[in-house]
Amino acid sequence: MSAVRDSATPSKLTSRVILVVVAVVFAVPILSMVEFTLRAGIDGGHDLGHWAAILDPENSRKYRVLFQGIGNSVVLAAVTVLIVVVLLLPTMILVKLRFPKLQRVLEFVCIIPITVPAIVLVVGLAPVYSVVARLLGSAPWTLAFAYGITVLPYAYRAIAANLQSVDVGTLAEAARTLGAGWGTVLVRVLLPNLRRGVLTASVISVAVVLGEYTIASLLGRNTLQTSLVQVSKSDPFVAVAFALLALAFAFVLLFIIGRVGSIRRIRETP
Amino acid sequence: MTTIDQSAPAATPGDGRPAGAAVRFDRVVKDYGSGARALDGVSLDLAPGEFVALLGPSGCGKTTALRSLAGLEDITSGSVLIDGVDVVSVPTNKRDLGMVFQSYSLFPHLTVLENVEFGLRMRKVPAAERRTRAAESLDLVGLGHLAARYAHQLSGGQQQRVALARALVTRPRVLLLDEPLSALDAKVRVQLRDEIRRIQSELRITTLFVTHDQEEALAVADRVAVMRAGVIEQIGTPEELYSRPSSPFVAEFIGLSNRIPGVLVPGGVEVLGQVLPVIGEQPGDGAVVALVRPEDVVFTDATEPAVGSAAVVLTSSFLGPVRRTTVELPDGTLVAVQHGATERLEAGESVRIRFAGRPVPVHAAP
Repeated sequence: MSAVRDSATPSKLTSRVILVVVAVVFAVPILSMVEFTLRAGIDGGHDLGHWAAILDPENSRKYRVLFQGIGNSVVLAAVTVLIVVVLLLPTMILVKLRFPKLQRVLEFVCIIPITVPAIVLVVGLAPVYSVVARLLGSAPWTLAFAYGITVLPYAYRAIAANLQSVDVGTLAEAARTLGAGWGTVLVRVLLPNLRRGVLTASVISVAVVLGEYTIASLLGRNTLQTSLVQVSKSDPFVAVAFALLALAFAFVLLFIIGRVGSIRRIRETP
Repeated sequence: MTTIDQSAPAATPGDGRPAGAAVRFDRVVKDYGSGARALDGVSLDLAPGEFVALLGPSGCGKTTALRSLAGLEDITSGSVLIDGVDVVSVPTNKRDLGMVFQSYSLFPHLTVLENVEFGLRMRKVPAAERRTRAAESLDLVGLGHLAARYAHQLSGGQQQRVALARALVTRPRVLLLDEPLSALDAKVRVQLRDEIRRIQSELRITTLFVTHDQEEALAVADRVAVMRAGVIEQIGTPEELYSRPSSPFVAEFIGLSNRIPGVLVPGGVEVLGQVLPVIGEQPGDGAVVALVRPEDVVFTDATEPAVGSAAVVLTSSFLGPVRRTTVELPDGTLVAVQHGATERLEAGESVRIRFAGRPVPVHAAP
């Protein structure tokens, strides 16, 4: 019997056309960026000069602000992920297990940042950060508190989707009856089953932090994005090269997440 | 805070003493914030090694009672005692219980063996002993060969078997079964039900089994507590509940009963011209409804009009060793009659029925 195609499913040709269009939309700017970084000069030639210049010790002073920005962004990304894992995840689990009536409230609170423009957020955060600076200094990592808020909607969605697919209530109760304390329940039972959601939330958080410009710029912190803007004024080629590297980093992260999932599936196959 | 000593060696099946603990619910009340009362002064005693089933319709409080023993629900008042120690303030993980849930509760990221080892790991049992005991527990439920599998690679029945092995491996003093068979198909249910009973008898662990399936409860339990609206209506052996129900609710919940109008007379209740002894208190006098089991109704000779009532056969169902036939009395009352499988009656056939004469429960006519 021939299979009847669901009317809602696009044909193979339509699927391929959509795929090609999407690929072109993504590929053209990236390839253009690559081409731009390879330009040797105004005569139309191409070489690896701009890429080699990044690693040239002679230019270390010139690009120092950029490397500092990258370092700061990496630290910010790590602290932001830490905030998501240490604060958001346990809160979501606690609400799911003990206070299910608060689920709507938590969702609402977590979604709010997506509706507030970054510039408005900064207006509110500026006086808060004057206090933060007094208490903790004005080191770049303190920006992670603001980023912890901006990544909330994305991280919440990723973890919530995973929480819905796992019966955390029964798993927690089963572990408790077997003698596990709450810490053990969280670390040895729930976390391994929420790994995918946590990893996705972390990747999204890293991507948001690496791409954030407005808050860092207006609060006067040096991050990857602000330093890229600064360097691009004197050397647009290197700025674009670093933007490409940041993109590549995000792709590698996504690839690693995909691999982690598939390794687990392979391990579980008899 | 009171804790249960989990390091104490559990009794083993061969040492001649019960491995389980005595359990007591003492006037337990559980109110929810909404004002609903789930348990209304429940008192229940489980002897060491006894298998008690909590039976009742949905929302009667049976699962709440079990969860309050597990420490998964806080109670409003009363006390829950294990071996004489009030455990109300003892956290779940310190109560030394084993529990099998209605929904599949195996940890998806662990293998079957690792799942079974989990409770032992929590008790810091050395690795070698852990492996041995987990393997023994899996053998007990007949799944030793599936130790390396993950939960999603098992059938529902196998998952519940592993959950049982996991609950038993720590040799808990009380085993709690929260409708563990309800998600399984009929054949597997019966198999696993019998297996649970076999293992419980072997290990003599005090067991509280929650179910809404009366056949399941009667088949496995030493005693059955029938619950309704947060109270225990009756507790007794399956035979007692079936043959001497203390209330119409129990009579109707346990097994099948015909509701036949009658009149209270000295010495019993008169139903279709026959006087039957009454179980329990008589609800005043006058018109009542008698609850008569299908096996207490018999076909009689149609040519003997002095006894019983004429009836017309409506349907007849083959149930294996017996047949159940529904007949209609002249006043429209439907009566189920259980009789030998070889006696086959056709729809529309005229018959005559009477009662075997065993005592029946009655309640006031509506």
